[in-house]
Amino acid sequence: MAGLTTLSVAAALRGLESGEFSAVELTQAHIDAMAAGRSLNAYITETPEHALERAASSDARRRKSGSKGEVGAMEGIPVAIKDLFCTEGTLTTAGSHILDGFVPPYESTVTANLWRAGAVMLGKSNLDEFAMGSSNLTSYYGAVVNPWQRKGDPTPLVPGGSSGGSAAAVAGGIAMAATGTDTGGSIRQPASFCGIVGMKPTYGRCSRWGIVAFASSLDQAGPFARSVEDVAIMLGAMAGYDPKDSTSADVPLPDFRAAVSGGVRGMKIGIPKEYRVDGMPAEIEKLWQQGRDWLKEEGAEIVDISLPHTKYALPTYYIIAPAEASSNLARYDGVRFGLRVDGKSLNDMYELTRAAGFGAEVKRRVLIGTYVLSAGYYDAYYLKAQKLRALIARDFTEAFERVDAILTPTAPSAAFAADAKMDDPIQMYLNDVFTVPVNLAGLPGLSLPAGLSAEGLPLGLQVIGRAFDEATVLRVGRSIERAAGFTAKPGVIA
Amino acid sequence: MSADTLLIEGSTGKWELVLGLEVHAQVISKSKLFSGASTVFGAEPNAQVSFVDAGFPGMLPVINEFCVEQAVKTGLGLNAQINLRSVFDRKNYFYADLPAGYQISQYQQPIVGNGEITIDLPDGRSRTVGITRLHLEQDAGKSLHDQHPDKTYVDLNRSGVALMEIVSEPDMRSAEEAAAYIRKLRSILRYLGTCDGNMEEGSLRCDVNVSVRKPGDPLGTRCEIKNVNSVRFVMQAIEYEANRQIEVIEEGGTIDQETRLFDANKGTTRPMRSKEHAHDYRYFPDPDLLPLMLDPGFVERLRSGLPELPDARKSRYMQDFGLSPYDAGVLVAEKETALFYETVAKNRDAKLTANWVISELFGALNRTGRTIEESPVSAENLGGLIDLIADNTISGRIAKDVFAEMVDTGKPAAAIVEAKGLRQVTDTGAIDAVIDQVMAANEDKVAEYRSGKDKLFGFFVGQVMKSSGGKANPAVVNERLKAKLAG
Repeated sequence: MAGLTTLSVAAALRGLESGEFSAVELTQAHIDAMAAGRSLNAYITETPEHALERAASSDARRRKSGSKGEVGAMEGIPVAIKDLFCTEGTLTTAGSHILDGFVPPYESTVTANLWRAGAVMLGKSNLDEFAMGSSNLTSYYGAVVNPWQRKGDPTPLVPGGSSGGSAAAVAGGIAMAATGTDTGGSIRQPASFCGIVGMKPTYGRCSRWGIVAFASSLDQAGPFARSVEDVAIMLGAMAGYDPKDSTSADVPLPDFRAAVSGGVRGMKIGIPKEYRVDGMPAEIEKLWQQGRDWLKEEGAEIVDISLPHTKYALPTYYIIAPAEASSNLARYDGVRFGLRVDGKSLNDMYELTRAAGFGAEVKRRVLIGTYVLSAGYYDAYYLKAQKLRALIARDFTEAFERVDAILTPTAPSAAFAADAKMDDPIQMYLNDVFTVPVNLAGLPGLSLPAGLSAEGLPLGLQVIGRAFDEATVLRVGRSIERAAGFTAKPGVIA
Repeated sequence: MSADTLLIEGSTGKWELVLGLEVHAQVISKSKLFSGASTVFGAEPNAQVSFVDAGFPGMLPVINEFCVEQAVKTGLGLNAQINLRSVFDRKNYFYADLPAGYQISQYQQPIVGNGEITIDLPDGRSRTVGITRLHLEQDAGKSLHDQHPDKTYVDLNRSGVALMEIVSEPDMRSAEEAAAYIRKLRSILRYLGTCDGNMEEGSLRCDVNVSVRKPGDPLGTRCEIKNVNSVRFVMQAIEYEANRQIEVIEEGGTIDQETRLFDANKGTTRPMRSKEHAHDYRYFPDPDLLPLMLDPGFVERLRSGLPELPDARKSRYMQDFGLSPYDAGVLVAEKETALFYETVAKNRDAKLTANWVISELFGALNRTGRTIEESPVSAENLGGLIDLIADNTISGRIAKDVFAEMVDTGKPAAAIVEAKGLRQVTDTGAIDAVIDQVMAANEDKVAEYRSGKDKLFGFFVGQVMKSSGGKANPAVVNERLKAKLAG
């Protein structure tokens, strides 16, 4: 059935409920699209049989319960799952060679929540190796191609990262929605590059149990979809307290979908002056101004604020995240699962396995992380970074005494070319400059497409909110979405 | 006894030995410190391993609150400061029996701070040994190197089991003091029910820090002897290491700070071959766990629920029962023994009971290789035997024979006495008759005695006891013999 893969989640739920089409038909349409869209390399593992089985069960559930009751919030919706979530019985790679053959005997809490809500898994989406990257160029399974191209230029562009596969799949119409994880911007930045909506909820809102850990105090799962309402629906199905995760927040789960349409009249929106960075492209500055105007027209008050420690956020992040990663990745050693390269001794085997199994960016971050935790350097780097983190978080706490939400650009550029010369890894890290402060402070952040660059590429705006106030973030996002009227589609759709 | 007598004589003078102990005590709990897997000893390899213990992708630790209670109770039993806020840190290193590549431990903010225990020395002295700290940490799995010519087998059953690491101040000055410390610590842990103290099974392991110095000098360089698993080996290791260090220094060398292993077969220590322990552990707070916050009410509840501990019990025995420090100390060392004793001593002569438990019962248990819980003579039955002595039904001498029979058969004393007709003869008339008989059969000796050979009294006692089959009441025999021999 044509057009099924262009529906929003909300529209699809209505169609399924009214019997216009079945979950099996909806899933089959996506399976066909995935086959046609292989050039994006968005999926590492496709699970069409599993998907059709689950779709059939969903149809059976709907028939049994009529139009109420047993039907879940994502009933029959086909989604892509970032290959960082452990899915029982399905290969899980974290985009790395070192997890060759790893089929988890357990299901992550977030994906279990989605299955309980009736969602259907189309497959495991591609990502930067161990979620370390902003381009999806570091995956062992090859780069992901952004469905968007520059006007009249077929040069492949990156979808952003690390959740590049999920973003490309949703933008390219080969998934209706997708899960991602966001440690320094890995949902928001690819959402911006791919012209879709992505949200990182408050740290602790979604469980980390069963998600391959990168940086424990920063990682958060979140949804990708093509509208703010869809993101709200999916977030509601993913989130919730999990006693198996000691950092999971035992707080009530609001109805995010209901919050979306609240409007922004009377709200105060903060504009942080430190986010106006040197060399920021004029069109991004313009879009940001446009965003402020839209919100003003909707009845919000624009307030200038200062987040004075913003400039320390990137170095702070690139000390804390690698430090935690260096420890979290120690378990990939060839002993119990995944790749093993045999050696003459235990240490030999460790060295050969990890040298062969990890890519360059992962090795780089493990080395940095080990260094900043080592004796003689711990105080100067790691401890110092933690202190700065507290100051960065405090900047936001103080700002939120004066405003209800903060508006910034999501990324300092549109999607760049896959083969753009990037000899300096630090260059790549600058992609995260607007997003990392939000992870350091543990706050919720949303990116939505607000306009196109001169080259016809999507540009995103970011909305940041108070801890556990996803509702306000979604409301502000919806207002911008309504005003922006972003309907552009990428050139490459399956 | 002065500290002077603890010094070791070297060729350049007297040396003082400085000892500190780090004891790893496995916590008694049904499941592990951060996972729900079982902790039961002796299961099939890798039968008690959760994915958290095995360090699988995406797994997260969740604290076992019962283990926290056990640690707090132990801290209270060590008269130590309980830290209401403590932090779990990752100790990072690579080894095959450490699946995650890090151990969750506590580094700078442990759950328990300074404390102290009183140790009891064989000569009856007591002294105080300081406790520096106690923290909770995960145990590692086991590497088995002897199962295959060129492979190491890893059993993760122990991986993640809760350990309490108890660090003493370097207050001990002799191997005896170290032994006394381990015994007292073990006793306290068993009283509290927080660790079974079984060194053979590895639930209590000792690392010994040894250094030497001339009295008055600053501390010498210490060596750590790791994983010594019996009190006897601890003492041997200390003796060997102290002498090794003294010899090295007296021959002009210096001590390298190193980790050593005790070779039980040779009775020597040697440096550890591998360099794991020269590691920089890169400790940092575990980001998967929140700081551990204890409510003061929680600590007070545990404090008020503590059982009577060995020292308090010993004092009570000395005070209420009039027992000697030594006897009281022996009886309270194990909770089960103390319970047995008190059951027997209830409404009976406490000292007599103490003698019987310590000499006779312990002797029998040692001979038959049993523990007090497996005692062939129940507390009730021992009590019954003591009652028969107290009311003069049998003599102490006969009681020993009855006891031997009780050990063999498990029968109560009264039944044995009846069956064997061992009732003590106290009837003066009957005893007089036996005495008359003995005197008549030994007229010459009677004459010798009457002419001054007092030592022959014992001979007559023996003869009377023999004639009466041991059943004559010795006190009555003495009294009547004296009277009759006096003429």
